[in-house]
Amino acid sequence: MRQIWTITKRELQSFFDSLMAYIMLIAFLGFTGFFTWLYGSDIFFVKQASLSAFFSIAYWTLFFFIPAMTMRQLAEENRSGTIELLLTKPVSDWQVVLGKFLATLLLIVIALVLTLPYYITVASLGPIDHGAVLTGYLGLILMSAAYISIGIFTSSVSNNQIVSYLLALFIGIFFQIIFSMLSSNFGGFIGEALNFLSVSSHFDSISRGVVDTKDLLFFLSLIFLGLILTEANLAGKRN
Amino acid sequence: MDIVVENLTKLYGAQRAVDNISFRVKTGEILGFLGPNGAGKTTTMKAITTYLNPTEGSVSVGNFTIHDNPDEVKRSIGYLPENNPLYSDMMVIDYLKFVAELQGIEPKKIKERIREMIQTTGLDDEKHKKISELSKGYKQRVGLAQALIHDPQVLILDEPTSGLDPNQIVEIRELIKKIGREKTVILSSHILAEVEATCDRILIINKGKIVADGTARELRKKSEGQEILKVKIEDGDKNEVFKAIQTLECVGTVDFIKEEDNAFEVQSKPELTCRKPIFKLCVDKGWTLTEMTPIETKLEDIFRDLTMN
Repeated sequence: MRQIWTITKRELQSFFDSLMAYIMLIAFLGFTGFFTWLYGSDIFFVKQASLSAFFSIAYWTLFFFIPAMTMRQLAEENRSGTIELLLTKPVSDWQVVLGKFLATLLLIVIALVLTLPYYITVASLGPIDHGAVLTGYLGLILMSAAYISIGIFTSSVSNNQIVSYLLALFIGIFFQIIFSMLSSNFGGFIGEALNFLSVSSHFDSISRGVVDTKDLLFFLSLIFLGLILTEANLAGKRN
Repeated sequence: MDIVVENLTKLYGAQRAVDNISFRVKTGEILGFLGPNGAGKTTTMKAITTYLNPTEGSVSVGNFTIHDNPDEVKRSIGYLPENNPLYSDMMVIDYLKFVAELQGIEPKKIKERIREMIQTTGLDDEKHKKISELSKGYKQRVGLAQALIHDPQVLILDEPTSGLDPNQIVEIRELIKKIGREKTVILSSHILAEVEATCDRILIINKGKIVADGTARELRKKSEGQEILKVKIEDGDKNEVFKAIQTLECVGTVDFIKEEDNAFEVQSKPELTCRKPIFKLCVDKGWTLTEMTPIETKLEDIFRDLTMN
């Protein structure tokens, strides 16, 4: 456990040292703030004390930002050879993968915590569905965790950061939108299966305030799958 | 802690990078790994440090094997990989702290260990610099410091002096020798002088196989066979001297040494020495013998003999 935390600390430090974290935080707050308060179907336009505008914009912003945070994590270690240093220390591949995963997840959680003032302000404007806000945040965290694990996996595949960024987006876009688009074209079992694979359908149902075990199961298995593939990839490099 | 490598084989596709190697390194011994590029030195080291899984064979460090107790093996080893990879965006002191924590050093002792390491490796003025700002020599010291931070029983150093200037090379060698007294050290290099200067024992590998194993002196003895002397004789006609030496019983071959006048390279017949007969010859003929030095086979020559087919 201590080992994982050591790796997480270093990764977080590196996010903040490289300004990456600040850029991400400012851009995230800027985007979501702009669309929540000022533009499009913002709060004043819909005239409802609801954070649904915020959740849908955060959903997309995170989709593009997360691969940018994760792309460096293993690709850079592969490129510079520091992965060899790490893996010859008394840490397991799992600890390395989890440490890196937690670091990015923590950064996202920090970003989300910084949006709490939105919630407080909106809550003071009118009656707000507190449960839906809570599950909305939960949905964002689960969805982020899923994309982080995909991002870390694509980062472990390549030693080029751009390649791993694009690969993460490519894989992600299927879950983000393509599966749900396709599912409406297919009926029956295929349609349902595609719908089950779509992150957006699970996110929508969670952010509406309904936390179904089906949704939790989906996110957890996606997270787990990404991490397992990453671990397998690290282990495979030893052969 | 002894390192025992048994029948280690590593395949990359169909290529045998390491081919059935076995050797043993004892505590307090500094073993030099010598071989041309691509001979399998780095692969063997990576197998010992658990970074690569061998295709066949086993490695044990002390009582631990890389298959059954990889974490214990890792904990007993200080490893400086080839090209010395480092997190260039970290400060020296932060980096050492990171490694110390990964190595599982007690939190209370970490500061103390870092201070010691900074002192041993002479990094005091650089400790608050980013690693990317350091010169190559200092980076190498950081690499050594991180390898030593948990006071490992075994040190594996892959080309520890590559890219350093002559002064730094001497410093690093001294450091390795000092550390190596109580530890088991394997270091690889393709610089022969370095291996000769630092190591107690030399292992030459070529194309994945061990081709020689022994101290520098033993290796020399093996390949020497005949005695070779450089002889300089003055006050006599060059050709006359040449002929006279040739007629001596003990002499196998004589050659002029081109760059110097009156100098000859005399190779004795096996098991014989020509020192006395040559001296007597000079006394008899009234020539002056101004130089007689045995020519040692250079390690370079042994190396070339063994690794060029």
